[in-house]
Amino acid sequence: MSTFVLVHESEDCIGCQACEVHCKTNKGLGAGPAPCKIVAVGPVAAAPAPRVRFVFLPCFHCADAACLNACPTGAVRRRDADGIVFIEASVCIGCKSCIVACPWGAAQWDPETRKAVKCDLCKDRLDAGLQPACVTKCVTGCLSLSKAAALPDDRRRRHAAALAAGIGG
Amino acid sequence: MTVDSPGPGTSPRSPTGAHMSSAREGGGADGSRIVNSLCGMCATHCPIQVEVREGRAVWLQGNPNDRTMGTSLCARGAAGLTLEDDDERPRQPMIRVGARGAGQWRPVGWDEALDYVAGKLAEAIGRHGSRTVALSDRGGHFADLTRRFLRALGSPNYFDHDSSCASNAHHAARSLFGLGRAGLSYDIKETRHIVLYGRNLVESLMVKEVKDFIGALGKGARCTYIDPRVSLTACKATRYWQIRPATDYALNLAIIHEVLADGLYDRKFVARWVSGMDYLAEAVRGCTPEWQEAHTGIPAAELRAFVREIAEDAPNVIFHGGWMTARHRQSFYVSRTAYILNVLMGAIEVPGGVVLAKGPADLGRKGLNRLTAGMPEVREERVDGAGRRLPHIDPAAGLLHRLFAAMECGAPYPITAYVAYRHDPLTGAPDPEAVKRALDRLDLLVAIDVNYSETAWYSDVILPETTYLERGGIIATLPGPKPAFAIRDQALAPRFDTRPAWWIFREVLRRLGLGGRFDFDGIEDIWRHQLEGTGVTLDDLRAKGVVPLAERPVLFDREDGLRFPTPSGTIEMRSAVLDKAGLPSLAPFAAPAELDEGEFRLLFGRTAVHTHGQTMNNPLLHDMRPDNPVWMHPDRAAALGIADGDAVEISRGGTAVVTTVEVTPLIHPEAVFLFHGYGRTVPAQTRACGRGVADQRLQTGMLHTFDPAGGGSAMTETIVRVRRIEVPE
Repeated sequence: MSTFVLVHESEDCIGCQACEVHCKTNKGLGAGPAPCKIVAVGPVAAAPAPRVRFVFLPCFHCADAACLNACPTGAVRRRDADGIVFIEASVCIGCKSCIVACPWGAAQWDPETRKAVKCDLCKDRLDAGLQPACVTKCVTGCLSLSKAAALPDDRRRRHAAALAAGIGG
Repeated sequence: MTVDSPGPGTSPRSPTGAHMSSAREGGGADGSRIVNSLCGMCATHCPIQVEVREGRAVWLQGNPNDRTMGTSLCARGAAGLTLEDDDERPRQPMIRVGARGAGQWRPVGWDEALDYVAGKLAEAIGRHGSRTVALSDRGGHFADLTRRFLRALGSPNYFDHDSSCASNAHHAARSLFGLGRAGLSYDIKETRHIVLYGRNLVESLMVKEVKDFIGALGKGARCTYIDPRVSLTACKATRYWQIRPATDYALNLAIIHEVLADGLYDRKFVARWVSGMDYLAEAVRGCTPEWQEAHTGIPAAELRAFVREIAEDAPNVIFHGGWMTARHRQSFYVSRTAYILNVLMGAIEVPGGVVLAKGPADLGRKGLNRLTAGMPEVREERVDGAGRRLPHIDPAAGLLHRLFAAMECGAPYPITAYVAYRHDPLTGAPDPEAVKRALDRLDLLVAIDVNYSETAWYSDVILPETTYLERGGIIATLPGPKPAFAIRDQALAPRFDTRPAWWIFREVLRRLGLGGRFDFDGIEDIWRHQLEGTGVTLDDLRAKGVVPLAERPVLFDREDGLRFPTPSGTIEMRSAVLDKAGLPSLAPFAAPAELDEGEFRLLFGRTAVHTHGQTMNNPLLHDMRPDNPVWMHPDRAAALGIADGDAVEISRGGTAVVTTVEVTPLIHPEAVFLFHGYGRTVPAQTRACGRGVADQRLQTGMLHTFDPAGGGSAMTETIVRVRRIEVPE
């Protein structure tokens, strides 16, 4: 299973969709496929101010990955070292099984290559010691890459700090 | 003919590369290199880094040498890569062969295009004098170049685009402080409470500003957001007021009334720096919270609670003076009263408040040598009267709609040649058909642009500029609490037969026998001239992209260190300049016109994925938001028998457009709302052409309706009718 998790703080997100373009330009994608997507829920009226919730949907790199299980050619693969689920384009035949199988809509159709494409956490960048494109260039810094095991502790520390500062609770 | 600017690979660079592959530093093993530049996807010009491999840009990111910027980049900034790859932009000079706007062009070489332009200019100048030539651009960091061109020609008629943007805020600041809008900066990062009058900083997005905003909210800052439309900024606010359109001035008069009545203002600061407090007290007499409630719809009790709260947070508060304030005929006074509230709160030159922008001279340093320096001053009166007949209007900016008025009627003198440089008044100004009637009187209309703008398509000659990644630009001063120099270096060779603006202007001048007035061999020559004596070297600037001139933000001494270049040297509640112009410094509130059933006020705004009409055809950005349904409140929709998703016709006078409707409580019942920039008409932009509707097209008859004190167009006074229609098929 993937040891990484892409963390998105909705409070700090402004829904600017820059992450989507950072991802697409890094992968050389044109109109259409969006390996990561910001979905706005709202705005809804509320007092004293309206609220919107932004949900960041890349790929979760599931331990039991429906896309991988569905792929008939072995194009959808998992890296042993860190569990990243990715598509080996040279083996993809464009059958769309992964797109149908993914419950989260993570796998995308690329009309230019006529193959599937999905988030691979920018594994090439990770291997070069860099952060994923979406994290590197996020406008507000609401995206970060974390190790799944470390996330709860990060959250606890932040919550404790907020409590101490009197702005959380 | 060759481009004289340095080609890729010819300049020394020592990129920081911390956020890119370290193997690529200084020209990595894979042949890549990093160029520091300034983004060109909107007029903010954020500092960026461009990674170039095999002659192609492969990665764009913010320039982390600017600490606030970091590596962040917005959606439009990232889509610079797709602008570069896009073929749907002018690829060589073109001369019109059919009627204006008919889209019939003859592709020509640069020599022929420049000879044509210079020949027409010589003819126009020979008949009417130099003043017959006008030029407009988008102002900002690079206007020194266009001003030099005009001054070399001997024409006073430079215009920025502000009469359809920040003109009211700019002149409000001048009338109060003697400083223009850009002379004031906002310390959003440290503020405890920011008040925004439709300044939608989440969607009219500037990376550093919105980072500071989100950072401040995270530290517990409050935000009061006032707008008839729920923008995404409203959703980040701690208080939102859905104010009735065009009544924001009444709100501010009442806030000032309460601040004065309760004695909540900074007496010490006011006593030291302010004149005309009696005038202010008189201007707000009777403007009680109850009085404003009848106009704005904001409950008096809420206003009182707000005033208590803001006084608690003072002086670390910001009443934002506004940016896009070309809204209604009292928008100048909205900005002016917002600035006044900063003064009353003592929020001037304090952390978290309004901080005077510093230039190099304020730090005892030499600034950039101006390109206009040494050029003879042009004594001729401007055609719009700015600075003389209109003493309160900044002659360095002008009023673009008055240019069009002069063009159309030939008075006070004829304007027969006009250059639109990376500026698209047929998109930005109200009522493009009225603008065209003015343009039709010209003997020469030249567009210098990267894109097929609406104005370029209507012009006589298109001189295509290289993209911002393909050109070096003049060095910019970024004024602020911590001023800096910033450079746009050339990252790529041009893909097409295009040229940088400085080269185009030089070649035109040479052909007019004025080459001696712009005798630079290349952009490096210009850079050296600008930097001479500043203590900043070109190598250093290129290596970093941005060089700050101060270690940390500079705050002047509030007791003795402030300078306000008004006639009296004080912050003038009653402005001597406005007096001279015969205008009230604070007019009585004028209630907006009543609407009848079926009528709406047409409001417009921005999304974070587009820059005005400039990016509508960008392959990626177009795909993200290809059109713009009109927003309408459910109560009004129900009364008109309109349901969500219906096709509707929006009309005004003889103009009508068709779009779909989005029924939503996020818009005030009296208004309908459109995102701006849509409804392109240039067939060469195949993606954007005909998609969505253009709000400016519905602003019929509004070109010459403007705020007399600030000069800004009164775009939101546009009243339209909406009805459901059956769509054929």
